[in-house]
Amino acid sequence: MAHAASTQRKIGMTILAWVVALLLFFPILYTLITSLKTEGEAAAGFSLIPSFTLESYRDVLALRDYFRPFSNSVIISVGSTLLALVLAVPAAWAMAFTPTPRTRDVLMWMLSTKMMPAAGVLVPMYLIFLYTGLLDTLFGLTLILTLVNLPIVVWMLYTYFKEIPVDILEAARMDGATLGKELVYVLLPMAVPGIASTLLLNVILAWNEAFWTLRLSTTNAAPLTAFIASFSAPQGQFLAKLSAASILAILPIVLLGWFSQRQLVRGLTFGAVK
Amino acid sequence: MAIRQSRGLARLMMMPSVLALLVWMIVPLALTIWYAVQRYRLTNPAITGFAGINNFSFFVTDPAFWPAIVNTLLIVAGVLVITVGLGILLALLLDQPIWGQGLVRILMISPFFVMPPVAAVVWKHELMNTQWGVFAEIARFFGQTPINWLGSYPLFSVILIVAWQWLPFATLILLTALQSLSEEQKDAAEMDGANGLNRFWYIILPHLARAITVVILIETIYLLGVYAEIQITTGGGPGFSSTNLPFLIYNTGVLGGNIGAGAAGGLIAVVLANGVAIFLMRAVGKNLDA
Repeated sequence: MAHAASTQRKIGMTILAWVVALLLFFPILYTLITSLKTEGEAAAGFSLIPSFTLESYRDVLALRDYFRPFSNSVIISVGSTLLALVLAVPAAWAMAFTPTPRTRDVLMWMLSTKMMPAAGVLVPMYLIFLYTGLLDTLFGLTLILTLVNLPIVVWMLYTYFKEIPVDILEAARMDGATLGKELVYVLLPMAVPGIASTLLLNVILAWNEAFWTLRLSTTNAAPLTAFIASFSAPQGQFLAKLSAASILAILPIVLLGWFSQRQLVRGLTFGAVK
Repeated sequence: MAIRQSRGLARLMMMPSVLALLVWMIVPLALTIWYAVQRYRLTNPAITGFAGINNFSFFVTDPAFWPAIVNTLLIVAGVLVITVGLGILLALLLDQPIWGQGLVRILMISPFFVMPPVAAVVWKHELMNTQWGVFAEIARFFGQTPINWLGSYPLFSVILIVAWQWLPFATLILLTALQSLSEEQKDAAEMDGANGLNRFWYIILPHLARAITVVILIETIYLLGVYAEIQITTGGGPGFSSTNLPFLIYNTGVLGGNIGAGAAGGLIAVVLANGVAIFLMRAVGKNLDA
């Protein structure tokens, strides 16, 4: 029974796969198309061919002070990721290289902290933020995002670190390397890809977080999630601008996501599926 | 062999993370419990005192309460069924030899990276809007009156939007697991006379059991807390038909300023989450010991 796929079957499957992929991608595609229309065009009715104008993008960037939410998103995503790494790298390192019988339990416990529904602690968190002046501050949002994603970061780093072949260190040691040199020249380079992947995934998760960022910000610290959320009600002729704003908001992350598919699988399943 | 590192140093390295998560766990939960039994409204902070179970009865007798519980569970179940069911099919499809597989994958996983607010506004204004939405356009093309998705089928619409966002996740995970299934196993089965359906049921599906379980567990954690999509598309309505528990808690505790009731609702959400978790572990947890 030959397993070279018959060309007929391959053609059929290819068509099917492409149809499905385009159907799923369509909402994004249509948003992109609409963002390249003028408002007049967008209001005129349905059309798949835009006039390829960038005026809606210009309008969005000019009218609604778009840079503030955008930079807020950047700051809290990158900030919370760096903070999480500072906390998580030593922890994951210790657990991966000096495992104890308790290590598994600690990891499981960290996982369980993600099971707590955010809505369960919304009320006291809102109050805490309100009374400590953290409400609507970038620092406050960064802090929360760090805590919310910390378990994932620790787990991901742990699975990457566990894969580092420690025997190489033995070889290095026998070649006369000191502990410091081992660390920097042998271990660190092997750890960097794992750290980079984790960093990427966490930026994505933090950028897209749409509960705390909506509820703990009002105007100053509002990131893109809150900015876009304010378009919930239709506002006259706005479809083209909304599309442009949407594309601008998702573009960096969708691109990052395309690059980090495999890390995503590992990270979000806490290493259970690789 | 492990790097020579004293246990003490290892513990020290773990301390910051463990402490941070410990505080994050205990403090808010303790406060929730405290406020749940206090009388406290933001509108009149002067009134305080022990409220016993008043907050709980207030929250539970809210006409939106039972609809919210049901809707929360319906959202979880609906999205799980769609994403796991379609996810398996899509994973099988992507596992086939096709041209342009890389590009197909990229297109298919994109919805997962779209932030929930964008997904919500795009579906609401560009697809589901009855005047200029794409669905309306398609309906008119076939001579039908456009369906008012968010008005007539609010919960279903929310489920659709959330499922769209999570389908890539399920597909990716299942595809990864599928690709670890050795070609030889499938060949051996085929040579023993198993047809496509049998191969699927007896070889592929059991192999996927673990991945399916992981998908279900991870998605459920997030699905119990669907929030942004509801706030932006339907605002919980019409009436309470698309209100879920997180939205109700926000409405009561923050918008309504009734801190006590909001905290009570929060505890109910924790109980619900634990209940669902226990149910799921009983139902599919055995697959994890593979």
